[in-house]
Amino acid sequence: MSEYIIKNGHVFDPVQGIKGDKLDIAIKDGKIVDKVGSGAKVIDAKDKTVMAGAVEIHAHVAGPKVNLGRIYRPEDKLFSCTPTKGMERMGSGASIPTTFKTGYEYAKMGFGVAMEAAMPPLFSRHVHEEIRDTPIIDEGAFPVFGNNWFVLEYLKNQEIENTAAYIAWMLNVTKGYAVKVVNPGGTEAWGWGLNCLTVNDPVPYFDITPAEIVKGLMEANEYLGLPHSMHIHPNNLGNPGCYETTLDTMRLAEGIKANNKFGREQVLHLTHSQFHSYKGTNWGDFESGAKEITDYVNKNKNITIDTGNVTLDETTTMTADGPFEHHLTGLNHLKWANCDVELETAAGVVPYIYSPNISVCAIQWAIGLEIPLMMKDPMRCYITTDHPNAGPFTRYPRVYKWLMSEKARKQQIDSFKHKDKVLSQTGIGALDREISLYELAQMTRAGPAKSLGLASMVGGLKPGMDADVAIYNINPDKPVANPDDIEKAFSRCAAFIKSGVQVVSNGEIVSNGHKRTLWVNVKAKENPQVARDIAEKFVKYYSMTQNNYEALGHHFVPNPYAIEVDATN
Amino acid sequence: METVTITMKNAPALYLEADTISTDAFAGKNAAQIAELPVFEGNNPSTLGKYFEISGNAGATSADTKIVVKGDVKKVKYLGFKMTAGEMVIEGSTDQYVGAWMNGGKILVKGDVAAFAATAMKGGELTIEGNAGNYLGAAYRGDWRGMSGGKILVKGNAGSDTGMYMLGGEIVINGDSEVHVMTHAEGGKVVIKGNAKSKLGGQMVEGTIIVFGSIDVMMPGYKPNGEVELEVDGTKARFAHFIGDMGERHKKKKGVVVYGNLYKKI
Repeated sequence: MSEYIIKNGHVFDPVQGIKGDKLDIAIKDGKIVDKVGSGAKVIDAKDKTVMAGAVEIHAHVAGPKVNLGRIYRPEDKLFSCTPTKGMERMGSGASIPTTFKTGYEYAKMGFGVAMEAAMPPLFSRHVHEEIRDTPIIDEGAFPVFGNNWFVLEYLKNQEIENTAAYIAWMLNVTKGYAVKVVNPGGTEAWGWGLNCLTVNDPVPYFDITPAEIVKGLMEANEYLGLPHSMHIHPNNLGNPGCYETTLDTMRLAEGIKANNKFGREQVLHLTHSQFHSYKGTNWGDFESGAKEITDYVNKNKNITIDTGNVTLDETTTMTADGPFEHHLTGLNHLKWANCDVELETAAGVVPYIYSPNISVCAIQWAIGLEIPLMMKDPMRCYITTDHPNAGPFTRYPRVYKWLMSEKARKQQIDSFKHKDKVLSQTGIGALDREISLYELAQMTRAGPAKSLGLASMVGGLKPGMDADVAIYNINPDKPVANPDDIEKAFSRCAAFIKSGVQVVSNGEIVSNGHKRTLWVNVKAKENPQVARDIAEKFVKYYSMTQNNYEALGHHFVPNPYAIEVDATN
Repeated sequence: METVTITMKNAPALYLEADTISTDAFAGKNAAQIAELPVFEGNNPSTLGKYFEISGNAGATSADTKIVVKGDVKKVKYLGFKMTAGEMVIEGSTDQYVGAWMNGGKILVKGDVAAFAATAMKGGELTIEGNAGNYLGAAYRGDWRGMSGGKILVKGNAGSDTGMYMLGGEIVINGDSEVHVMTHAEGGKVVIKGNAKSKLGGQMVEGTIIVFGSIDVMMPGYKPNGEVELEVDGTKARFAHFIGDMGERHKKKKGVVVYGNLYKKI
């Protein structure tokens, strides 16, 4: 493999505590190294910003519900086609881009890793086929466990070991990465036309509460010592007053300690926290609960969060929270699709327009920015748009602009039709904090990498780490003249090197790189009871045989990268 | 106003996707520059000059530009696409998506048009002297935002699915209409001077359909609401009034429930 040396750039690396110093970064054989020979290819980064490749902790980029969105929204592709160009194949889609466009767009913004946030285990083969067809970026997928019949039955009897054995089996057969929980118990309750809106609402038939599911899955996660923690979308998403359910969910983590060899410190990752930080009793007195949520997270070190920023675009919502999507189509009267997955989960899809002229949307926008601005530790708060739910991931540079420039926020607030309501219902007007480039590197690189248990691999520029290096056209020595320059610079990086291969040059794709699928290979103790339960459920309930379930082999996962976990002791 | 005349000289073997034949794309360009505008023949990129002989220069703005299209353009799509001002005269018949997403100006088609004419039209005027195809003034596939403004006049007959997801504006059909009129509409008006077939106003929650001739089969979701005298296009007559579609949700405006209206001349 070739050698590179990136010269004279302003380096921001939270892993080594480098805050904009002029340094050279050397790359050899896909890794960051101390030095390279004189024959190395020189990339001039003078007056530019150099960071590690960004890490996406939560996005819906592959799988059946994403594809359902693509299929039932031809209008999303209408004016968003990009024809074949150089290395790039044609792509289309604005809020739900094709797999190829997804890979290219992430790479052009300097992302090296993206996690698909909800994989229905039964459709893991589909998820992996889409991941395979998404070029350049390394991807992993989180199978959903929060409404799974096995999990509900084991945890009803507090069988943590059996739950852990089942998780280990599931991660291995679906080539999954982490334990994802979506509206625990609520999606299953929806099969009875019900929902779980608090952590104490019983799940019909199974006679278990969301609190028991969440606590049990956290304990099973730590029992196995997985790289990532339990990753949760709590109950009661998106309703006024939901912040109390969110606080109740986070309190379940009290007293649970992280157990792993990957340097991860949290036991609960709260995803798209913006959607879970609402106060008020209805859409009329709807207000921000960002302060209550961030106060709690600031005090409790065993929790990490991501934001879920509303970007004020027309987009497509999709979640394994089936009852929520049904509720949403009742609010906006736009088309609704549902995708029930047997014993495991049920997703829904509804288009949504976050209009700056609607007060609720503008308040949601403000809450999404309040959260990162109120978080004291940027290593525990990561920027997402819950792509495509609060906005497409291609809008990250715009979110960075709002976070890094008070002027840009003020401009946006001034343009709102219900400006006064946004200022009275949220604290956004009083926040003058501007996120620095170093803090941005924490929120988009080192932080999410640590939370995912990938801290030794990605998110930093320390010798020995993977050579994912992004160079942006921002000179930290000069004040930003126009906030739009921030958005422009982060939209198209000057150069991006992924695993030691230059994949982007001047914002254009120059190589399709060496994409990998990240998954967690758990070696667990033999558990005959769980093995028998699995065999029995396949015979009795599943529509396919156990032999056809596994996503294995070269067809589904052609470039696997297994993270080994030994849970036999 | 400056006039650009484009005449078909080399007919394309495949369908031509010519979304650049519009006053907005022509504005500020001379004949040679217009000839260089990109088009697709099937999936092959090409230029306008390969198919059309172009004479005359465009005005400085679209409002100062008139386009006259001559020759056989039955295999050309997207004439007047996203047009905002100016005029266009198509002397014969043409293919799909005439005046699609148009926002202003005037288009006159002397022959027939195929499907999807005036898709999601926002403003302006489209006159079709011959017949219109299916999905006139409708929404794009999958979209819920159909024609929202402007005026369409069809002197001949119209195909099926006229005004699907219509939100505003007016469509007048001098002849007969095929099935499905204003399906899912939330506003706007369709006048059928001839006869209609069936499925008028299915799932319509707001909007108006006026039929002068016969209706083969009424939708079951409409209920009689008396008789009224209306003046439509200068003609005064008595109409039976129906409201619906009763199977759908209906908004309230100032405390009053809003329904879709269907009028049939007595």
